[in-house]
Amino acid sequence: MIRFERVSKRYPNGREALRDVTLQIGAGEFVFLTGRSGAGKSSILKLVALLERATRGSVTVNGQDTGSLPARAIPAFRRRLGVVFQDHQLLMDRPVYDNVALPLIVSDTPFRDIDKRVRAALDQVGLLQYERALPLELSIGEQQRVGIARAVVARPTILIADEPTGNLDHALARDVMQLFKRFQEVGVTVLIATHDLTLVHEFGQREIHIADGQVIA
Amino acid sequence: MITPSIWFTRHMQALLSALGRVLRRPMASLLTTVVIGIALSFPATLWLLVKNAEQVTGGIAEAVDITVYLKTEVPLEEAEKLAASLKLRNSIDEVTLIPAEQGLLEFRDRSGFGAALDALPENPLPHVLVLRPSTAHSSADEVEALKTDLAGFPEVEAAQVDTQWVRRLAAILQMLEDLFKAIALMLGVGVLAVIGNVTRLEIGARRAEIEVTKLVGGSNAFVRRPFLYEGLLFGAIGGLIALAITQAVMFALDIPVARLATLYGSEFRLAGLGAADAATLLLLGAGLGLAGAWLGAARHLSRIEARG
Repeated sequence: MIRFERVSKRYPNGREALRDVTLQIGAGEFVFLTGRSGAGKSSILKLVALLERATRGSVTVNGQDTGSLPARAIPAFRRRLGVVFQDHQLLMDRPVYDNVALPLIVSDTPFRDIDKRVRAALDQVGLLQYERALPLELSIGEQQRVGIARAVVARPTILIADEPTGNLDHALARDVMQLFKRFQEVGVTVLIATHDLTLVHEFGQREIHIADGQVIA
Repeated sequence: MITPSIWFTRHMQALLSALGRVLRRPMASLLTTVVIGIALSFPATLWLLVKNAEQVTGGIAEAVDITVYLKTEVPLEEAEKLAASLKLRNSIDEVTLIPAEQGLLEFRDRSGFGAALDALPENPLPHVLVLRPSTAHSSADEVEALKTDLAGFPEVEAAQVDTQWVRRLAAILQMLEDLFKAIALMLGVGVLAVIGNVTRLEIGARRAEIEVTKLVGGSNAFVRRPFLYEGLLFGAIGGLIALAITQAVMFALDIPVARLATLYGSEFRLAGLGAADAATLLLLGAGLGLAGAWLGAARHLSRIEARG
């Protein structure tokens, strides 16, 4: 569950990315965040993942008021969240397997569970045969799916994605979206920022439209 | 959730990955550890030299004799009486009387002025008492006071104590020890700076990895751990190199020092680093490495945050 109450975000350079945003996303929902580049979609996702903090207002994630969360509690907070970015932020010098295992390693998961879960996650995105490959040996679409496997491997309750299909052609983009939809079907809350309206309409899910830092619909 | 075995596994993992990174760049790692080794070997060698010097001078510094020259007109019987009465004092351990005749014989033997002495009409030497103060009363001030007391005796021409050179020697040793402390402090800070800088470079090179780790929920402790192990390894290997350098220096000095000691009729041999000293040096290296990495990590890791 994600709730924004009268949230504003002003960056140090003075740009006001969000103005008085109030929105609520229930547990298990699948929501598209749409709007032009710079409208404030990324800012909303960053506030959810605590990559940024709100200038005003309150952001509640999983019942936790993020504003009152001390810095040392942030790592544990992020482990309950799956995050996918357009720039997928994979470690290029590590095999696919190590990339996907990272969230489990930082959360002190026992070894035998790590192996099981990494394979399950890779299987879910259809990349089990590439576990020993380096990310650069994969196509862009496959790299994006490695990023998704990494985001879901620790079984987060919330999955957020910032333009996950930005670099993909339409067919690949639809595959990736279907992947997200499958996670929602098993109970994960999914929040995806995208400007690909064709895809949004094709999937017909709830849409929150952002323009100029404000929620329009 | 975190069992001891997971904790242990995580630390072994961090240690192994640090070891892997140290070995993957053998040349850079070698240079770093050699710099640390040389920096640590300086104070270690100096410390050994001071320790050896204290060993060799320890026996001498305690033995401060007072030489009392009696007036030439004092007869031997009176000298013997004086010696006997002084011996009763509890501040004096030993009194040796050197009669003028014996003194002359010894002087003739040692000086080679035999012919010249034969030409003298009478023995120019007085009777001499050599006093050894008891150990409980052998401080420089007490010996000085005793000397002044003796000089006031009517039979005594002069009393002389060789405390001057003993004091000088002690001062030289003290100075060397202070020098050792100053050098150890300076080079210790140097080692901290070297390892702190290595950590800074390493953090810069692995920035992307740190960002991603923080993004998926890696704590600061988790991110910091491999860097700390790397500093620890650099420090420990540096300590090992310092140990080798110090022992090599001692080995090289061993024969010349033994030859010198033989010339002085001494059995003295240089003492090298013992097992406890070696362990201290290694622990010191490892500790400095850990501390340096901690300082570097504290300063530079906090600036790196996950980004979206």
